Formats: sequence, structure tokens, C-alpha cells
Amino acid sequence: MFNLLRESLRAGIVTTSYPATPAAVSPHTRGRPEIDWSGWRDVRPAAAVCPTGAISHVDHDGRRTVQFDLGKCIFCGLCAEADTSIRMTNICECAARSRGDLITEAGYTLKPDGAHDRMISPPSSRTLPLDDVAREIQARTRKLLGRSLHIREVDAGSCNGCEVEIVNLNSPVYDLERFGIHFVASPRHADMLLVTGPVTRNMELALKKTYDAMPAPRLVVAVGACGCSGGIFGENYATRGAVDAILPVDVYIPGCPPNPHALLHGILLAIDRLPERT
Amino acid sequence: MTTEFNIVAGLQRPLAEVRKMFRDRIGTVHAPRPNELYVDIPLDLAAGFCAHLHRKWSARLVSVFADDVRDAMNTAFPFPGVDGLASFPPGGSGAPAVPPNGGTTERTGDDAKPRGVAAGVPHRGVFHLYYVYALDQRHGFIIARAAVPADKPEFPSLTDAVHGVNWQEREIQDLFGLKLLGHPNPRRCALHDDWPEVFPLRKDFDLRTKLPPFQGPRHKFREVEGEGVFQVPVGPVHAGIIEPGHFLFSVAGEPVLYLQLRMFYVHKGTEKLFESLPVAHGVRLAESISGDSSFAHATAFCHAVERAAEIEPPPRARALRTLCLELERIYNHLGDIGAICTDVAFVTAHMHALRLKERVMRLNEHLTGNRLLRGMACLGGVRFDFDESQLEQLAQLVATLQPEFAALVELIRDSSGTRDRLETTGVLTPDVARDLGIVGLAGRASGVDRDLRRDFPHAFYEQLRFDIPVLTAGDVQSRLALRREEIFQSFAIINQVAAGMPDGPIRTAVGDIPPDRTALGYVEGWRGEIFHWVRTAPGNRLARCKVKDPSLQNWPALTEAILGNIVPDFPVVNKSFNLSYSGTDR
Ligand code: SF4
Repeated sequence: MFNLLRESLRAGIVTTSYPATPAAVSPHTRGRPEIDWSGWRDVRPAAAVCPTGAISHVDHDGRRTVQFDLGKCIFCGLCAEADTSIRMTNICECAARSRGDLITEAGYTLKPDGAHDRMISPPSSRTLPLDDVAREIQARTRKLLGRSLHIREVDAGSCNGCEVEIVNLNSPVYDLERFGIHFVASPRHADMLLVTGPVTRNMELALKKTYDAMPAPRLVVAVGACGCSGGIFGENYATRGAVDAILPVDVYIPGCPPNPHALLHGILLAIDRLPERT
Repeated sequence: MTTEFNIVAGLQRPLAEVRKMFRDRIGTVHAPRPNELYVDIPLDLAAGFCAHLHRKWSARLVSVFADDVRDAMNTAFPFPGVDGLASFPPGGSGAPAVPPNGGTTERTGDDAKPRGVAAGVPHRGVFHLYYVYALDQRHGFIIARAAVPADKPEFPSLTDAVHGVNWQEREIQDLFGLKLLGHPNPRRCALHDDWPEVFPLRKDFDLRTKLPPFQGPRHKFREVEGEGVFQVPVGPVHAGIIEPGHFLFSVAGEPVLYLQLRMFYVHKGTEKLFESLPVAHGVRLAESISGDSSFAHATAFCHAVERAAEIEPPPRARALRTLCLELERIYNHLGDIGAICTDVAFVTAHMHALRLKERVMRLNEHLTGNRLLRGMACLGGVRFDFDESQLEQLAQLVATLQPEFAALVELIRDSSGTRDRLETTGVLTPDVARDLGIVGLAGRASGVDRDLRRDFPHAFYEQLRFDIPVLTAGDVQSRLALRREEIFQSFAIINQVAAGMPDGPIRTAVGDIPPDRTALGYVEGWRGEIFHWVRTAPGNRLARCKVKDPSLQNWPALTEAILGNIVPDFPVVNKSFNLSYSGTDR
């Protein structure tokens, strides 16, 4: 007993003050890539090395549309090695309320050699229209569930990397419970479904049933590149890809896997509890 | 006839014996690498060959898999070395003086064609079955290959003799449509019962096929009957933050009589996907086979491709790989020790363990950019070097973690309630473990003294001194204690590597990877042995990538260990094995 106390006292307080203060991550951490859109001269080398198709382009009529999909990105940094217009940042908190917010597109004129020339439409995220009713329901759900939140986690096909990090939210360092947020054992007790993907054909039914067992109002958060987009697996004979192919998703948390800061950020975003930082 | 094989000394006698014993029944023999010997056998010899290797040489059947070569582009023997023989001539005087990656194929006299039944016969119209045997004490692999004619797509089961191949064989049946003969339970496994009849790993099946909603029957579990016997279904979605799988307990009162497992809920078509990706992208996919073993899987994959391409990563790269493998071992073992404690209500210990694990994961991120060491692996070496200050931080971490971990160990040792719950719980006896071919830490906690780091040294391990802890009680406590001892060994390994860090480059250029080569890559991950086997294709692609995670081998350990235990102890018993569902299902 004495040892138990001594150890706890010796360890002291290890809990991070995030999100009140910025995430303390190493400068070596690979977070989201940052692209110099206006200076970008050729997307092809980066697209060729990108393992998930996060960087892609469509050529049409002497014009090239370049797309960067943060929802597919696994933050591997290979594009930045191949292309000086891309730089890896150590920013990992990228959660968004709409899938479209994770997609950036820009248009260029095309040169005969296949490189691009002048940027003719500046980078913009692809806004997917959300109708007013849906918007209002989302806002009310967030308000209703804002105080204390019960989360049911469902692995619908992940490689378990996301689970490794989700488990860490319960560690004394991230201590999810300080926000009144708990992981619960049953979907019937849950307000939020935290889903990792890609959703496999063999898990599709179980995922739907879990969702159906939850009381309304309820939130769904898609975790990781695979949950957001299908990731490196995409859609194939055995997977349905993104979580939103099966369930309506309220928040998307990119990353492979998202680190605990990124997860916290996404969960708090879903319930409107991110503090304003100046 | 002269036969000069550049093979490790340990394989020479088994090879001679096998040829004496089976004579003309053996086809081409080929050794693309000194510890990787291929032998062509007829399908009906599979069982006899297996029995001989097992009885005479204590060989373990570590993997069984199939390959669809019905339309393989090459009609020649699809092994390297036949054409490339000139560059790697067999050693003249019998001394193994051939370069480490040099390959040799047997020749008969001046005839340049491989000998035996397969000689000159094109492989059109057949599937291949591969049986990978590890001869641990002899430090070599023997890989038997048998052809299954496409017009008679069936193969004999070895499950009755080697229990460990049960699921592997059924997976072949599901994914290739080769019918299993004589299997005790030949039902669907990788593709669940409600799937339509498709054979995804056949080459004429498109990866992106969109299958209609499943209409087939649901799985029927075996009925267990008797007075007072009832069944408790659990899953696939579990109460905790763990992966999905279905467990059906048959219990009489509290004790478990029988446990049925149903897996493959997270089958993602990974092996098929490898065939559609450039090899370099395959490294990233390998990182996503089992997230907690990202680096080990990616390294096993790189190892296979590097062996196929006959390149060797530079010493510094191998040292860095070793460091990362040990960091992966430490953070996972720490997490598991904590989780085992929490499952018997010693939450304080769990919190301390998570705290220490977090420090390791943060260092992972500082060293490699990612907390799970993702992005670090690459073909020919590693992507990032550790500079002086990073190495210093690594040394610091080990120095501070060591006493803190020792204190945690003390804490757990002091807690008699915890010990009471862990000792004699979930016992896997050494006999059963050996019989089931249990590998990795679960095996070593039950007296199975095997570790690829020692028996088949890869990365940098041949240059290090370390112990392989082995315990024999086989209970949850042993698996916890084994992790504890392995963490201390890992600390020592890291210190050794860091102290003698070789200079130089961290990557060997890979260049173009020759097609039609086969190679086995292997790594002892924290959970156990990981195998990747590749057959290369033109254009730096793979025609096949077989992945074998130790979890696939070890699930039967859980069904054995839980017998006679009470259902409430299931979580802690399960956690003590901590198998990867994704690694199993792929
Ligand atoms: S960092 Fe993202 S965009 Fe860049 S190559 Fe990797 S997955 Fe593709």
C-alpha cells in the first residue's frame, strides 16, 4: 500500500493541459502536408509516390484539376521527399465536420510537356451542401450532448493502429475522463460512435446493428484515413471503404493513426467543446 | 551427378536424406538463398514429406499457402537462378564461398535444365501450394511446392497431423477455390458463410469487384449439449476498445467447457491488394496489416523483397531496424502488462504502464515522425537516420525508463491479489503449446524455446548478445512475466546497438526488382514470428504476397487455455495473448 502511494506521488501529475494549450509534439512529428499551391509546377511526381491516392489530378481540355484529399492522407511524407512544393508540418489536429472540408482542389493550365503552368483557380475546399434541417439537427445534437459524453468504439475493419491510440486516451496523460467523457461497453449507453475503418463486408452488418442500438440523438465520428476514406484499402471485394458509406458521419478525424491529440480534437469538435485559443 | 548447393550447413543433411528417401518423387530442388531451400513435390507426397521433416528434423510447418499460376507469364521454372546461374556459380570445393544472396539451382551433368518431373514443364494450368518448414536448430527453411491441376482443384488436408494449419488450409479453400480433402471441419472461414461463391485470390478475380449484398446463410456454430450447459455468445463488437471477433462459450455453471471462435471480420483483401500496388507502396500497406506491429510487418515485407532483389541493407540501416523493432516490443509489452493488470482490477498499475508506454511512443514519434513507427521502413534500409542528439535521447529514455519500470514491476509483485488472479489462470501447458505449434511470446511462456532473433537472425541481431527468456508454467502470470523479462532484454539490446552504432548510409538503392523471383522474409515481432513471402512480377510489382502473422497460429492457444476457467477470467486470458485480429484476418 505504501509503495502504491509512493509511486503515485513520485509520478506526480502527468496529464497534458491540451486543448487549453497547444499540443506538445516533436518537431520531427509528421502531420499534415502543406502545399505551395500557387508555386506548384507539376503534381505528377508527388502523385506517383503517394501510396493512398491522396494527391491526384484530372486533365481536361488543356486544364488540370489537382486534388489533395486529407481524408486519404497517411502523413507518410513521401510526397514532400519527391516534390519541393510540399512540406510536412507537425500539425496533426485536422478533424473536420464535412468530408468536403478535407478535400482541396486547384486548377492550372497545362503545358505541352505535362507539367502545369499558371494557377487559374485557387485552392478551395470542396463544399458539400448540407441542408438546413441536417445542419440544425447537428447543432442541437452537439448542444444536447455537450456536457458529458458516452462513447462506444467500434472497430469496423481497422488494422488496430487506431485502437492503439484510442486506448491511449484513457491514459493519465490524455485522461479523457477529465472532460466527462467515458468509453462505455454498450451502444445502448452511448451518445457517440467512434468508428475505425475501412468498413469490411464482414463487419458491415454488425456496424449497422450497433448504430441502430444507440438512442437518439447520436453522433458518429469516423477515425483515421481508413475511416474517413477507406485509406490505403479503399473499396474492394472485402471492404466498403469509408464509414460514411454506411452511416451518416458527423466528424472526420484524419491521420494514420490520428495521435491522441488529434483524436481529442476531433471528439471535442463533435460536441462543440473546443476552447478558443488566441 | 554432382550437386553443389550453396546452402547453410544445417540444411545439407536434411536435403540429402530427403532425396535418398523420396528419390524420383522429388522434382526440382532450388536454393535461391542459403537458408531457403525449395523442393518440388507431387501433391500426394505432401503428407509424407511433412511427416518425414517433422519426425526426422523437428521441422515446423509455419505456413501453408497457395498461388495461382494458371496463366503465369513465364513458362519456365518460376524460380530465380535458372537463367542467372552464371552470375552465381556453385562453390567449387564444397566450401560455401558464394555471396550471401547467391542462388543455385541443381543441374544434372551438363544439362542446363532443372531435373525432375517439373523440368521444362510449363506451369500453365496449375495452382501451386507452398509448405514452409522452419528447421529452427538448423537455421534453415525448406519450402515444399506442389502443383494442383486447375482441372482437378483439390488438395489433401494436413490438419489432422498439424493442427496449426486448420485455418490456413480453409483460407486457401475459400480464397482460391481449391477443395480441401479430409479436413475435419472444412467450412468457410475467411469469407463468411453468407458470401457468394467467389475466389478472390485467383488471378482472374478483380480486386475491385463489387459484390452484391450478401444473401447466404448465417454461420451455424456447433451445438454443445448436456445438463446445465448453456452458451454465451460474445461479439463481434466487444465491450472494450478491441478488435472484432466472435466468441461462443459453452459453459456449465461458471467454467468454460468449450470455446468456438469465429474470425475474419476484418478481412480486408490485403494480400490481393499487394498484387495491385507498386512494391514501394506495398511497404505502406504492410504497415497496416497489424497496426501494433507496423514496423515488424513492414520490415518483414522489405526483407522478403530485398532477398528477392538480392540486396542487403547497410549495417546502419540494420541497426536502426533493430532499435525500432525493440521499441515496438517495449511499447506493446508495456501496454499489455498494464491491460492485464486492469483486467484483474489493478488499475493503478495500468495507469503507470500507460504513462511509461506514452513516453516510448513519444520517443518513437521524435525518432521516426510517427508514434507507431510508421513511415520509417523502406526497401533497402530505413528512411530516417537518428542523429547524435536523437540517439542520446534514446539512451536517456532507456536510462530513466529502466528504474521506473522496475518500480512498476515491484508494485505488481507486491500486489498479492493480482498474483492470485494471474497464477494458474489460463494455463497453456508446454505439451499443448508444442502440439499446436504456438509461437512467439505465448510459446515462450509455455516452454517453447524459439525466437527468430536467435534462430534465424535478421536485422542486426547476429551481432548482439541477449537472452531469450523462457518460462514453463504457461499461465497468465507467465505471459506477464515473460513480457517483463523481454522488456529488460530490449533495454539491453537498445543499449548495445546504440553503443556500437555503425556509421554509413541507411539505405541501399533497390533499383529494378527482377520478376519471377520468390523469397521469404521474416522478422520476430513483439508478438512472435512474422513471415512475408513474395513472388515478384515485371514492373516492380508483386504477383503474390503471402502474409503470416503469429496471431493466426496462436488462436488455438486461447481456446485451449480458457478451458476450465470461468467466463469472467476470459478478458484477462485473452489479453495475456493479445493476438491481432487484423493480422489474422488481413
Ligand atoms: S503524406 Fe499524404 S499526400 Fe503525401 S504521399 Fe503520404 S499519403 Fe500521399
